[in-house]
Amino acid sequence: MRVMAQMAMVMNLDKCIGCHTCSVTCKQAWTNRSGVEYVWFNNVETRPGQGYPRTYENQQRWQGGWVRTRSGRLKPRSGGRLKRMFTIFANPKLPSMQDYYEPWTYDYEHLITAPSSDDIPVARPKSLLTGEDMKITWSANWDDSLAGGNEITAGDPVLAKVSEQVRQEYEKTFMFFLPRICEHCLNPSCAASCPSGAIYKRSEDGIVLVDQDRCRGWRMCITGCPYKKVYFNHRTGKAEKCTFCFPRIEIGQPTICSETCVGRLRYLGLLFYDSDRVAEAAATEAEQDLYAAQRSVFLDPHDPAVVSAARAGGIPDDWIEAAQQSPIWDLIMKYEVALPLHPEYRTMPMVWYIPPLSPVVDVLRDTGHDGEAAGNLFGAIDALRIPVDYLAELFTAGDPAPVRAALGRLAAMRAYQRRGNLGETPDEAIPASVGMTSDEMDDMYRLLAVAKYEQRYVIPAAHAEDAHRLEKIATECSLDYEGGPGMGGGGPYGQGPFGESSGTPVPIQVETFDAQRSRQRADSLTTPGDPAQRTNLIDAGGAGDRTGARPPKDPAGGGGDVTSPGVLDINRDQP
Amino acid sequence: MNTVHVLLWVVYPYLAITILIGGLIWRYRYDKFGWTTRSTQLYETALLRWGSPLFHFGVLMVLIGHVVGLLIPKSWTEAVGITEHNYHFMAVFIGTVAGFCTLAGMVILIARRRFTGPVFAATTRNDKAMYVFLAAVIVLGLWNTVRGNITEGGYDYRADLSPWFRSLFYFSPDPELMTSVPIGFQLHVVAAFALFAFWPFTRLVHAFSAPIGYVTRPYVVYRSYGTRPRPSRPGWEGPPTLPTRSSSRSRR
Repeated sequence: MRVMAQMAMVMNLDKCIGCHTCSVTCKQAWTNRSGVEYVWFNNVETRPGQGYPRTYENQQRWQGGWVRTRSGRLKPRSGGRLKRMFTIFANPKLPSMQDYYEPWTYDYEHLITAPSSDDIPVARPKSLLTGEDMKITWSANWDDSLAGGNEITAGDPVLAKVSEQVRQEYEKTFMFFLPRICEHCLNPSCAASCPSGAIYKRSEDGIVLVDQDRCRGWRMCITGCPYKKVYFNHRTGKAEKCTFCFPRIEIGQPTICSETCVGRLRYLGLLFYDSDRVAEAAATEAEQDLYAAQRSVFLDPHDPAVVSAARAGGIPDDWIEAAQQSPIWDLIMKYEVALPLHPEYRTMPMVWYIPPLSPVVDVLRDTGHDGEAAGNLFGAIDALRIPVDYLAELFTAGDPAPVRAALGRLAAMRAYQRRGNLGETPDEAIPASVGMTSDEMDDMYRLLAVAKYEQRYVIPAAHAEDAHRLEKIATECSLDYEGGPGMGGGGPYGQGPFGESSGTPVPIQVETFDAQRSRQRADSLTTPGDPAQRTNLIDAGGAGDRTGARPPKDPAGGGGDVTSPGVLDINRDQP
Repeated sequence: MNTVHVLLWVVYPYLAITILIGGLIWRYRYDKFGWTTRSTQLYETALLRWGSPLFHFGVLMVLIGHVVGLLIPKSWTEAVGITEHNYHFMAVFIGTVAGFCTLAGMVILIARRRFTGPVFAATTRNDKAMYVFLAAVIVLGLWNTVRGNITEGGYDYRADLSPWFRSLFYFSPDPELMTSVPIGFQLHVVAAFALFAFWPFTRLVHAFSAPIGYVTRPYVVYRSYGTRPRPSRPGWEGPPTLPTRSSSRSRR
C-alpha cells in the first residue's frame, strides 16, 4: 500500500442553475489572454447537448482515454508510444478550431469613427485569428439551455448510446447543466500521451499540470484527454489546462470556480488512495465495474493502518486530519451519492458529480403528483428510464443501479426532511429504506444543504517549510523574478527577440489586470508592447492591500472625476 | 590557398558552428518557453496532413543520407564490399526520392502558410527569413543531386567534400580539398552553414527536442513540488516568527 493524497472536487448537479459564473471568473483569472480566447478551463454544458468542443465524448472519433488490450493491460486509445512517434508530424485526431469556435471581437472603433451617413454604423465581428470580417456561427455556449433544439441536441454522443425509445422522448423530458473542469485523473491519459514528459501529476496533491518550459507543442495531450480539457495556446504554441487553481489551493483557498459558485454546489477536499492499485483498477475488464473499482482504490483516512502508512509516506499530520474531515470522502464513500464522469475512459477521474434528482421531480410535478413524497419519488426513479439511463451513460458506463441508488438517497433525504420541516414525526422507515440511519441522513442533509464555507472546502495549506519553494506566495515581492520589474529589468512582457511568446513566462501570481485593460482599450487586435504593470487577481479574496489593483487615476483627465471640467457640477450653478 | 578559401572553408564553418552551439545553449537558458514547434494544426489540418509528414520524413531520410555520405569514409564502405558504382546508385536513388518528398512537402507547407488566413497571420518575419534559408539549402541540394549525378554522370563528393567536412571535426581543416568541388555543391555548403548559424534563433530548434525518451518512459509522470528547481533568494529565513524575549541570538 502506497498512500497518496489527491485534491478532489464533487459537484452537486441539482444546485446548478447554469449561470456560468464559474466559467467567467475562471476565464478572468486564467485565460483572459490572446491565444487562449477559445479556452475554457471551466465550462458549463447543457445536457443533453454536444458539449465543448462539439461531440468530445465520441471516442470513436476523437480517440481519447485508454483502452484495455487483450493481454489485460492499458494503452492510450489513440495508440501506443511508437504509433504516436510516427504520427507526431500531423496529429490525425486533433479537433480543429471549428470544433471549438473561431474567437472574435467587434470593430467598436467604427461606431465612433464612422463618417456621417444615413445609416447607423454597426460594429462588425472580426476574427481574432485573421483580423478579417467573419460570420459568427458557433461559440462556447451556442446550445445553452437546449437552444437550437432537436437538431443540435441530436448530435449528443451520450444520447446515441441510450435506447431508441429514450431518444425519442428525451426532448420533452429533462434538461440539466454539467459544469466541467479538468478531472485531475489518477491515471491521466494526457500525461501518458505527452512525448516531452511536460504534463505531470504532482505527487503531493495529485494536481495535473503542464510544465510550460518543457512543452514543445507536439499537441498529443489534446487527443489523449477524453474530456478535451487540455487546450492548445495558438499564440505561444504550448498546451494549457485547468490548474485546479494550485496557487490558491496551496494557501488553503478554494479554486476560483468554487469560490464564486452562486449555487454553492462545489465541494473540495482530500482523498487518500493506494497508488499501487491504480493501474490494476483502471484495467478492470468490464466497463460497468470501473466505478466500483475506482472506489476500491480510495483509502479510509480513519483507518489506523492507513494513517500510519500515510505518515510513513511523508504525508503531514494536518493533511491526514484534513482527509478525515473531507466532504469528498463523505459524498463518495460514506453516503455514496457522488459518481465519476465517464469512468469508461479508464483515466480514474477525480471530479465527481451528485446526479440531479430534479428531472425526476419535474416529471412528477408536471404530471400532477407530489414531487416530495417518498413513495412517489422512489416509484418515479424506478419507472422513469429516461433520465436514469442517460445519467448512467454519463456516470457509470451505462449501469443504472448506482444512479438509482444515489437518486434514491437524495429522494429519501428530500422526503424525510420535509416531514421534519412540516413538524411531522420523523419517519425512520424512509432512511432505513435506502440503508441509512436517521442521523446519517441528517448529516448528509447538513452537508448538502447548509454546509458553510469551511465544511465545503476542506483544504490543508501546503507546508510552511515548503512555502518558499512553492510559487512565490505572499512571502516576497511578486515582481522579483528573474528579469522582472522588481529586479530592475523590463520583464518579459514586452516583445522578446522571438516574438511575444518567448522569454521567461510571467509567474502566474503576477496577474494581468492592466494587460486586460490595455487590450480592451487597444486600437489593434494585439498589443506589441504590453506594459509591465500587473497585479495579482488570482489570490485576491477581498482582504488585504489592494493598492495596484486599480490603475492610478489620471488627475488631468476627464471621466471618473465628477468635479472635472465638462462634467455637470450642481453646486457650481447655485447662486 | 588564398584568403578567400580560408575564410570560406575554415573561418566561416567554424563561426557558424560556434553560433549554432552557443546560440542553442543561450536560447535554452533564456527561452525555454519559446522552444516549441508553434504548430498551426489547430487552424488547418487537411493540407498539413500531407505536407508535414512528407517534409519531415523526407528530411529525416536526407539527414541519414548526409550522415552516411559525409561521416563514413569511402575506404570503410569499400572495405565491406560496396563498390563505388553501387554506392553511387543507392545514394542518388534514395537521395532523389527523399529530396523530392522534402521539396513537395515544403511546397505544400509554404503554400498552406501563405494562403490559409490564420496560418499566414501567425507567421512572423523570423519564420519568413527562415524559409528562405531552408528552401535555399534544400533546392540547392536537390539540384546538385539531380543535375550533378544524373544528367552529367556523376561527381564523387566522397573524394574531396566529405574529407573536408570531416577535417573540420578533427580540428585540422583542409580548405584545399574544397577547391575542386563544383560550384553547386559549394553553394549548398555555404547556404547550409548559414542555416546552421540561423537555426538557434528560429522555430527550427524544435528539431533538437525530438522526444526520443518517450519510447522508454513510463506513461504517467509524477513530480514533487519540493523538487522543482527554484532560485534561492538571499534573506529568506522562513515565515515570520515572534522574537523570543530571552533570546541571545543576534538579530539579522
